[in-house]
Amino acid sequence: MTTFVSHTFWMTNRRLKVLVKQPAFVLILLVQPAIWLFLFGNLFRRVVELPGFGAASYLDYLIPGVVVMTAVSSNMWAGMGMLEEIERGTMNRLLTTPVARSAIMNAAVVEQALSTTVQVVAIILLGLVAGAEYPGGPAGLTVLTVAAILLGTIFSALSNTIGMLARQRETIIGINSMLLLPLTFLSSAFMAETLMPEWMRTVAAANPVNWALDAARAAMSADPEWGTVLIRGGWLLAAAVAMLLLSTRTFRAYQKSV
Amino acid sequence: MTDAVTACDLGKSYPGGVRALDGLSLTVRAGEVFGLLGPNGAGKSTTVKILTTLARPDSGTATVAGHDVLRHPDRVRRAIGVVAQRSGLDPMASGRDNLTLQGRLFGVRGRALHTRVGELLERFDLTGAAGRAVRGWSGGMQRRLDVAMALVHRPEVLFLDEPTTGLDPEVRGAMWAEIGRLATEESMAILLTTHYLDEADRLAARLAIVDGGRIVAEGTPTELKGELRGDAVHLELEKAADEPQARQAIGTVTRLREVSFDGRLLSARADDGAAAVPAALAALESAGVGVATVTVARPSLDDVYLRHAGRRFAA
Repeated sequence: MTTFVSHTFWMTNRRLKVLVKQPAFVLILLVQPAIWLFLFGNLFRRVVELPGFGAASYLDYLIPGVVVMTAVSSNMWAGMGMLEEIERGTMNRLLTTPVARSAIMNAAVVEQALSTTVQVVAIILLGLVAGAEYPGGPAGLTVLTVAAILLGTIFSALSNTIGMLARQRETIIGINSMLLLPLTFLSSAFMAETLMPEWMRTVAAANPVNWALDAARAAMSADPEWGTVLIRGGWLLAAAVAMLLLSTRTFRAYQKSV
Repeated sequence: MTDAVTACDLGKSYPGGVRALDGLSLTVRAGEVFGLLGPNGAGKSTTVKILTTLARPDSGTATVAGHDVLRHPDRVRRAIGVVAQRSGLDPMASGRDNLTLQGRLFGVRGRALHTRVGELLERFDLTGAAGRAVRGWSGGMQRRLDVAMALVHRPEVLFLDEPTTGLDPEVRGAMWAEIGRLATEESMAILLTTHYLDEADRLAARLAIVDGGRIVAEGTPTELKGELRGDAVHLELEKAADEPQARQAIGTVTRLREVSFDGRLLSARADDGAAAVPAALAALESAGVGVATVTVARPSLDDVYLRHAGRRFAA
C-alpha cells in the first residue's frame, strides 16, 4: 500500500514537472474557460428572462456550466499523453520496473485533477471579477470543485482506456469531438432543465455531466440541498472509481498486443 | 548457481496470425554475455519482451533470475535492468531527474539514491549535462543514459535490445567497450540482441542464431564457426623448389586436411587454424623448408548463418 502511494506520488511528480515546463500550455488551460465564459455569457445573457428559467443572473447560472464543460473538455484528452508515452517507449520502460500498474493510471488522473482544480479556481475568480455571486459560499464552491474533479476523472480515465486499447490518436479525437457538445448540451450547463424537451431531460438524468451540475448547483444555492449533493456526488464518485479500475485493467490487453 | 535466464519452448502469435515465436528455448548462464542474433522480425524483441514481463507468451515457460515470468512478474522486474530499442526517457526531464525517478521506482532512496545517481552520471560521462533536459542531448548521450537507467538498482540480469542500432560507428565502439566492461566488472548476466554479426562476435561469450521464431544454432562464436568445415590455412613457401619436401613434411601434420599445392602456395583446412599453424611451421622447419607468409582465414558468423538459415544474413 505504501509503495502504491509513493509510486503514485512520484509518477504524478514526474508529470507535473513536465507540465510546469510548458507555460504556454498552462496559459491555454486558463484562457480557454475565460473565452467560454465570455462567449456564452454574452450570447445567452437574456435567456434568464424566459418564463420558468428560475435564475436571476445568467452569469451566476453559467459559472457551474463553464466549470463542467472545462472539466470534460480538458480531461478527455488525457489519453493523448498516454499514447505519446507508449510511442516514445516510456510506457514499456515503466512496465518493466516494479511500479504499481495502477500508479501509472492514477498519476495521469491526479495530474489532470490538479490542473482541473487550477482551472476551476480561475473560473470562480473570473466570475467574481465579472460580478457573479456565490450565495452558497465556500462550501458551495468546494462542492463545485470536487464535482468537477470527479467528472474530470471519469473522462480522463475513459480517455486513457481508449488510448491504451485503440492506440490511435484519431480514435480519441473522433470520440471526443463526438461527445463534448452533446454531453454539455444534454445537461443543465447552459439551459435550465425545466425548459428542456422531455426526452432531453430523460437523457440528462443519465449524463454524468448533469450529475456534477446537479450536485454543484444544489450546494451553491442560498439554501443548499445536501441530500442532492450527496446522491449525485455518490454517483460521480462511483463512476470515477469504476472508470479508474477499468483503465488499469487495460494493461492486461496491452500486454497481449505488445 | 542458478541460470540467469531459462526459456523453454516459447510460442507467441500476434493478432493477424503473425507467428513471432515458434518454440524458442535458450539458457543464459549466470554472469555471461549471451547474444541473440538474427535479422529484424526473427523474434528477438518478442523474446526480450516476454523475458522482461512486458508480453505474455501463448505457450512455454521462462524464468529470469530464478523467478517465473508469468507467476512472479514483480520479482522478475526487481531483478532486471532493461535497455529497450526505443529509449523511453522523459524528454522534458533532466538526465538526473530521469535517473532519480527510475531509482525511486525500484525503492532506492535517500542518500543511497543520491550517491548511485551521481556515480552513474560520472561513469557514463554525463555529469556535465545532468541538469539539462534530455531532449537536447545527442543520441549517443541518450543511449548512455538508457544504460545508466537500467543499472540504477544494480540488477542481476541486464537486457540490451539492439543497444547500438542507429548509433554512428564511433559511438557504437564506445558502447561496445562499455558493455564489455559491464560484463567483466559487474559480473551480471547480459542478454544482448543484435542484428550486427560483428557485435555478436565481439561481445557475446555465447550466442544463439534466431530465425523464424526459433533458435537455429547455439554455441560460442568460435564453436559456431568451428562447426563449419574449418579455417582456411594458407602458407607461402620461400622457394617453389621446396615443394616435395614440404609435401612430405606437411603430411605428418594431422591437424591439417585437404592439403593442396599451387606453385609456392600451400592451402589446407583445419578445425582450429591457430593451433594447426605452429605444428605446420614446426614440421616445415625440421624439413628445412622456409615459409614466407602464413594466413589463417576464419569462417565468419555470416557463413554460420548461411549454413543454418539457408541464406545470407541480411540485417
